[in-house]
Amino acid sequence: MNSLTDLTIARSRDGLDKGDFSAVELAEAHIAAVEAARDLNAFITETPELALERAMASDERRAKGAAASAMDGIPIAVKDLYCTDGVATTAGSHILEDFTPPYESTVTQNLKEAGAVMLGKTNMDEFAMGSANITSYHGNVINPWKLDDGKDRVPGGSSGGSAAAVAGHLALGGAGSDTGGSIRQPASFSGIVGMKPTYGRCSRWGMVAFASSLDQAGPMTRTVEDAAIMLQSMVSHDKKDSTSVDQSIPDFAAALTSNIKDLKVGVPKEYRLDGMPGEIETLWQQGIEWLKAAGAEPVEISLPYTKYALPTYYIVAPAEASSNLARYDGVRYGLRVEGDSLDEMYENTRGQGFGAEVRRRIMIGTYVLSAGYYDAYYVKAMKLRTLILQEFQQAFEGVDVMLTPTAPSPAFAIGEKMDDPVQMYLNDVFTVPASLAGLPAISVPGGLSDEGLPLGLHLITKPFDEETLFRVGGVLEEAANFTAQPSYLEGVA
Amino acid sequence: MTYLIEGETGDWEVVIGLEVHAQIISKAKLFSSAATEFGAEPNSQVSLVDAAMPGMLPVINEVCIEQAVRTGLGLNAKINLHSVFERKNYFYPDLPQGYQISQFLEPIVGEGVITLDMPEGPRDIGVERLHMEQDAGKSLHDQDPKRTFIDLNRSGVALMEIVSKPDLRSPAEAGTYMRKLRAIMRYLGTCDGNMEQGSLRCDANVSVRPVGEKELRTRTEIKNINSVRFVMAAIEYEAERQVKIYEDGGSVVQETRLYDANKGETWNMRSKEEAHDYRYFPDPDLLPVDLTQEFVDEIKASLPELPDAKKQRFVNDFGVAVDDAATLVADKETADYFEAVAESGNAKLAANWIIQELFAVLNKDSLGIAESPVSSDDLGKLVGLIADNTISGRIAKDVFEVMVTEGGDPAQIVENKGLKQITDTGEIEAMIDALINDNPDQTQQYRDGNTKVTGWFVGQIMKATGGKANPQMVNELLKKKLGLG
Amino acid sequence: MHIPGDSFRRLKNHLTRVKVVDKATVLNIAKLARIKVSESETENLAGELTNIFDWIEQLNEVNTDNVEPMTSVVAMAMPSRTDEVNDGADAERVLQNAPDRPADAQGNPLAFYVVPKVVE
Repeated sequence: MNSLTDLTIARSRDGLDKGDFSAVELAEAHIAAVEAARDLNAFITETPELALERAMASDERRAKGAAASAMDGIPIAVKDLYCTDGVATTAGSHILEDFTPPYESTVTQNLKEAGAVMLGKTNMDEFAMGSANITSYHGNVINPWKLDDGKDRVPGGSSGGSAAAVAGHLALGGAGSDTGGSIRQPASFSGIVGMKPTYGRCSRWGMVAFASSLDQAGPMTRTVEDAAIMLQSMVSHDKKDSTSVDQSIPDFAAALTSNIKDLKVGVPKEYRLDGMPGEIETLWQQGIEWLKAAGAEPVEISLPYTKYALPTYYIVAPAEASSNLARYDGVRYGLRVEGDSLDEMYENTRGQGFGAEVRRRIMIGTYVLSAGYYDAYYVKAMKLRTLILQEFQQAFEGVDVMLTPTAPSPAFAIGEKMDDPVQMYLNDVFTVPASLAGLPAISVPGGLSDEGLPLGLHLITKPFDEETLFRVGGVLEEAANFTAQPSYLEGVA
Repeated sequence: MTYLIEGETGDWEVVIGLEVHAQIISKAKLFSSAATEFGAEPNSQVSLVDAAMPGMLPVINEVCIEQAVRTGLGLNAKINLHSVFERKNYFYPDLPQGYQISQFLEPIVGEGVITLDMPEGPRDIGVERLHMEQDAGKSLHDQDPKRTFIDLNRSGVALMEIVSKPDLRSPAEAGTYMRKLRAIMRYLGTCDGNMEQGSLRCDANVSVRPVGEKELRTRTEIKNINSVRFVMAAIEYEAERQVKIYEDGGSVVQETRLYDANKGETWNMRSKEEAHDYRYFPDPDLLPVDLTQEFVDEIKASLPELPDAKKQRFVNDFGVAVDDAATLVADKETADYFEAVAESGNAKLAANWIIQELFAVLNKDSLGIAESPVSSDDLGKLVGLIADNTISGRIAKDVFEVMVTEGGDPAQIVENKGLKQITDTGEIEAMIDALINDNPDQTQQYRDGNTKVTGWFVGQIMKATGGKANPQMVNELLKKKLGLG
Repeated sequence: MHIPGDSFRRLKNHLTRVKVVDKATVLNIAKLARIKVSESETENLAGELTNIFDWIEQLNEVNTDNVEPMTSVVAMAMPSRTDEVNDGADAERVLQNAPDRPADAQGNPLAFYVVPKVVE
């Protein structure tokens, strides 16, 4: 411990500013960590040379007193869903094998301009479809949190590679993406902070699309403050994305005042599930107590429609995905599997290029949009979405923030829950409602399960009120004092 | 005249609806900043968005929205302040996204009307809707025996699809509708109407029914017809084909057909009728198009004078015959040309000269009015010379021919060739006197009551003056001399 | 609210109407989506999709007769771009990742994408 890889973003920035170490040293330490941790399979593509190049440039800027931002010189992991100029981008799929974009996504461009040092592209569920990082063409990611049973656990998904990289101290921060919980749920499973800003805060331009009306970029870090610092360098109003919102951007880190006095914290009773593991319920209660102790006022609220959020999500997201993924046809980029006719070429390419979960979701999406089912499924789901959004809007008239668990369980062993897709989908039961309503939300490590695996607490706020999220998240973090480290780190330390 | 197909069982009526795809005039594409110019090198006008690279997103071109609204207003149509872009999903190599962004349930323009000037009188044809959509790329099937090449230059170019109601009843009406729609869009500057370059394409829905039958029968759709002449020919062929099927006891199958211009036939496009399921849904990468009434009003206020209004003005203000006015306004360049010529002072003469003399010249060489060898300025001067009796209409034809072949200012030509009309009565009187003297037989015939011989006298004078004598003046003087003699 | 395991199965038993996605439907969807599925996969998918749609069926508990479908997540007007050409003039940029390219007689790549012959 106490090596450069154990710092936070904030402390690294301070260290760099003071000259305690250079960005190149910081990058070298992380490059070594990435190489040493290949058994976690967190990265699809490592970019050590690029990292050193950027680190050197960062040191030069700092030497001139011209650091670009608090992220200047900070080594980060980037989910392989962000298109990166000249660096292979696969979205965890065979169909995008050998695809090297000649362009840089807006979010990674923003991070680059902020001076962040990209260590590589992280593993993920194929096209971000999954909650365990077990659908990647590039293999499963292993959660750095291990128990004595010797079983490998999933890091959660779909941003499982970024989660494992941050939890395993391979990077100080990770760029993730969240469609129904793909940042927050792996953050919970991996004992880190994962934050999804308001839909429209971060540009989707250059992010491989899963479900356009839900996809949103966000930071994955080891502290709430780091999440605020990293988000600052990801957001922007982008004219290339019609759903990017022109909204003033506050100083997110400045929101961490620890002052939540008189803040009303909604506790939605419908999130209390029959038969929910006791450890989840206990932690949730603990979270309520922590906020109360800090001066906030817990209020029980009711969100009756959120119970329909998950099935709604499993109509909307596959529907959009089925259309978004139609462009992978073997003609202009990516895999092509030849066939005797055009249709055969299409079917071979897409049949072999997409993995089972992606094929399944494309099938679901195609079905719910097809003639005769469109009204019954897609339109119905979009109406439910209206109800869910309205319900949140009404609830936020009475409360400032909501507190729920992040996931209904701790990380499970690879191989579990795999026979029944619906069981797997239930992992996102707490995170999906905020996604459907486009609301900002954060997962903060709250404690450990009975077995010793991390569990997250989940906060949701109003649109564009990320500051409240960070402020309350900071209080939770302080109260939880989550200092446990993944066993993997002991092994490599 | 109603267009009817005479069958063995009786007369049949044809019912036609047209779907016209019109390329919007804009520099950049509907959702990207790539160029729209015709004839560029393959794939040289293709942005990352047009090639549907991963993570690329559409952002709408504001001019395309304006153009669609402008066109809707030109069709006297309802402008929908709220409209929605949807995705039409299907796989084809010239469709990179795997879907076409189009408008489906909520188009930007609703019902309108186009008035056709038919020989039997005006006919109002309903417009069902107008919506915006992306064009597809181009598939080249003739470059390689086993493979099809794809050029995406057109991919994403903005189109308007303008759908008529099934109100058209003859190939001629369909042709007139196409020409009128094209004229309106050219007046508006929203589509150049160039069918050879594909900026205007037409799908025709055709069905037939016995005269008197109220219900519509099964229609076929003839896709992608690229000239007005072919639209009419294809409909004519298709209607007769359908009548024959019914009269032979068969039934028409709803299908998509193509028109083979060489054979003059339509043929079924798909061997196996593939079930289409486009799975339309609102494009989540875009928001609804919400316009303000002020925006629409501003465009409305800026609309140019359209063919119908212009025609009325030509009739009312210039005294041009209705048919001539209709001919002149058929395209904006001709109308502008006419107005310039009419400034010479005699609008009716101007109309006649354009329709009879100039069109004959243009048609002979298949020229457009923009390529006319005679400028409107010069033709105006020529008309002026006729109007003020400087030259006769007959001489004017000679001058016009010189203008066509050699060019030049008509007044100068008249001057150089000495074609100026002889209006000196003394000169003509002297010639008549000499004629009477030299031709006592003809003079006697006249005096015996054979007034037809006047023509001979006039002819002689005209011959002697090279046609420059004012024929009216010659007539009058002749009467005076012979009658009094 | 449904949670993993027993309660999910309990819910399934409560369903009055079970919608079955059969193999023919799977094949039809696969055809629409241009995805080749094997015989055994067809069987599996039919079962999985039946399961998933059983679960989704609960949405019918909610009366949505007077509810407008959500049209956009963000409350704002659609932005637009000006009509300027400043993109797309680089054919290689969009062609460089193509898995196949036609070539001229000298073997130089042509600026086209290429697919198996489309029969018209």
